[in-house]
Amino acid sequence: MWNYSEKVKQHFFQPKNAKAVDHANAIGDVGSISCGDALRLSLKVNPDSDVIEDAGFQTFGCGSAIASSSALTEMIIGQTIDQVMRISNQDIVDFLDGLPPEKMHCSVMGMEALHAAVAQYRGEEVAEEHEEGELICKCFAIDDALIKRVVSQNNLETLDEVINYTKAGGACAACHEKIEWVLEECLGTPLADPIVTPASPSKANTIVGKIRLIEQALEQVRPQLQADGGDVQLSDVEDDMVFVSLTGACNGCGLSGATLAMIEQKISAVLGETITVYPTGAASLA
Amino acid sequence: MSNLTTLNKATQLAYLDNNATTQVDAKVLEQMLPYLSEFYGNPSSIHQFGEQVGKAIEHARQQVQALIGASYSSEVIFTSCATEASATAIMSAIEAFPNRKEIITSVIEHPATLELCQNLERKGYTVHWIKVDARGRLDMEAYKQALSSEVAVASFMWANNETGSLFPIRGMAELAKQHGILFHTDAVQVAGKLPIQVADSGIDLLSISGHKFHAPKGVGALYLRRGAKFRPLLRGGHQERGRRAGTENSSGIVGLGKAAELAMQSIEQDSARIKMMRDRLEMGLLARIPHCFVTGDPRHRVPNTSNIAFEFVEGESILLMLDQHGIAASSGSACTSGSLEPSHVMRAMDIPYTAAHGAIRFSLSRFTSEEMIDQVLAVLPGIVEKLRMLSPYWDTVSNQPAEQSFSPVYA
Repeated sequence: MWNYSEKVKQHFFQPKNAKAVDHANAIGDVGSISCGDALRLSLKVNPDSDVIEDAGFQTFGCGSAIASSSALTEMIIGQTIDQVMRISNQDIVDFLDGLPPEKMHCSVMGMEALHAAVAQYRGEEVAEEHEEGELICKCFAIDDALIKRVVSQNNLETLDEVINYTKAGGACAACHEKIEWVLEECLGTPLADPIVTPASPSKANTIVGKIRLIEQALEQVRPQLQADGGDVQLSDVEDDMVFVSLTGACNGCGLSGATLAMIEQKISAVLGETITVYPTGAASLA
Repeated sequence: MSNLTTLNKATQLAYLDNNATTQVDAKVLEQMLPYLSEFYGNPSSIHQFGEQVGKAIEHARQQVQALIGASYSSEVIFTSCATEASATAIMSAIEAFPNRKEIITSVIEHPATLELCQNLERKGYTVHWIKVDARGRLDMEAYKQALSSEVAVASFMWANNETGSLFPIRGMAELAKQHGILFHTDAVQVAGKLPIQVADSGIDLLSISGHKFHAPKGVGALYLRRGAKFRPLLRGGHQERGRRAGTENSSGIVGLGKAAELAMQSIEQDSARIKMMRDRLEMGLLARIPHCFVTGDPRHRVPNTSNIAFEFVEGESILLMLDQHGIAASSGSACTSGSLEPSHVMRAMDIPYTAAHGAIRFSLSRFTSEEMIDQVLAVLPGIVEKLRMLSPYWDTVSNQPAEQSFSPVYA
């Protein structure tokens, strides 16, 4: 059984504001019956002051969903719209003295309902297509359809990337194997053992991609050089040879050899292959 | 612990979750205790310390043999649990028949079978997942179609843990036999509830779990038909005739034996009473609560189980409120109650989502009393009503579902 805090139990067994507000002028509906939880938040907002004068919730869901909804109404009554938009799901969790990690999505649902209601009040469109797939991450209620979409849009290749982009698997970690299956399905090949690809440098297949990565590496070293009054520019790339020109104070600096070695190391690391850096321009004569 | 004792004093506890686990019968515990104190010998030892324990284990083996109606006591292999027994059965079959690369099972199995087969599927096996209809009845045509000499093992649960519905196991085993397929049945929810006769049934392998019929947790058994090809899962010892290595859980095994003996008597003496209480509970709830229905196949099920889906309310909320009244029930399988998805069994039967989340399982035992049933009938209607009042899917004015008006912009 879940380890619910006293505060959660209190808001579940004696929920506050469990009602549909009369003459509500903002309503936010989130969730669906298939996901196992759904919430309708109704607000009565004073149009002159933007103050929420009354709030009510109707929730279909587990104990923590009902408790989160109840807590949310308590937190927003008497506040202005601008104030409540600063409420995060973590604030709801803190108000309830914590939620089990698997139930964090209940607080997210509360926040989403609030945002939906505020959007309606302000006359904004909330357009997000609802997808139905196999529920993968139970903590954040993320299904395989969403993961597949994000993976293909962003060319994700690893579990960690999926976690960072979608939150799926970011809490209890129980679904990591399932996420890897979805990833394998997207990529069409079994995932490589992460140990085999140390630090997983992203290999660039095209010359444009390669140049972009080299620029990124140069971007990393540039602040250091600029601090010393110098700079570096990429001149050319040919196979495993990278031509750069050192400018400003770097030009003719006695330590330019060490600088070039450092740049060579950085670029090799981001490309995942060993390259050699050649100086061009004035530095090449030094 | 302290919570339980205070609850116990305030109201009577109604434990109606016997498909999850059962209380250890006092007579079982009494038999076990000496094997946790004075009879501590290793049953493999030659001296009298070991011999005493060895004899007790053989006696327990005969008691289990009697419960499942096996021809020989040596057909009983003690294991740590039914999950181990089922894994042993399936892995043994595929190792014993390496050229057969197919498995047949159903979509509503216990995770012990389901997830093992999913894993084998990922390793290259072809798994024939046989579907069920809205009542949880197996698609027998699809089952017959899947039978061939390519199949190593067919594994089906005898009774479903969530609904109690029965598969026609004996007939299915006969059909499998015609193709030389080893037939395994997970009989965890049948043992101690209905009579079993494995001898001359076509069943090659059968798993049972002690704690489902008043033995302690941590002991189960696998029936292995004499002559059936077998490969052990655990190697490294001669225990259980080399079929399950590892020092025996002697007190647990003694308890399992005693529980088997008591279960045999109980099937005759208590089944009718348990069934009557179950039916009274079920009919009472259906009469008192609108928009609910029984899931599974009510005419073919074990006598102790009732699974009722309450529409437009969520199971965990019901369970939490029942728990406040000292009533223990379950929503779906206890093994998946950490999950938020409706159970795979409800989904396989195509129970609408509006009801699948609110499916509650009541499972009785010989220790269930009429008062416990009264207690549920007294409090559950109010709980469902209260939760429906909170639900956006329920119209509080008309006291009817209000599903149409609730359509979230995003989820």
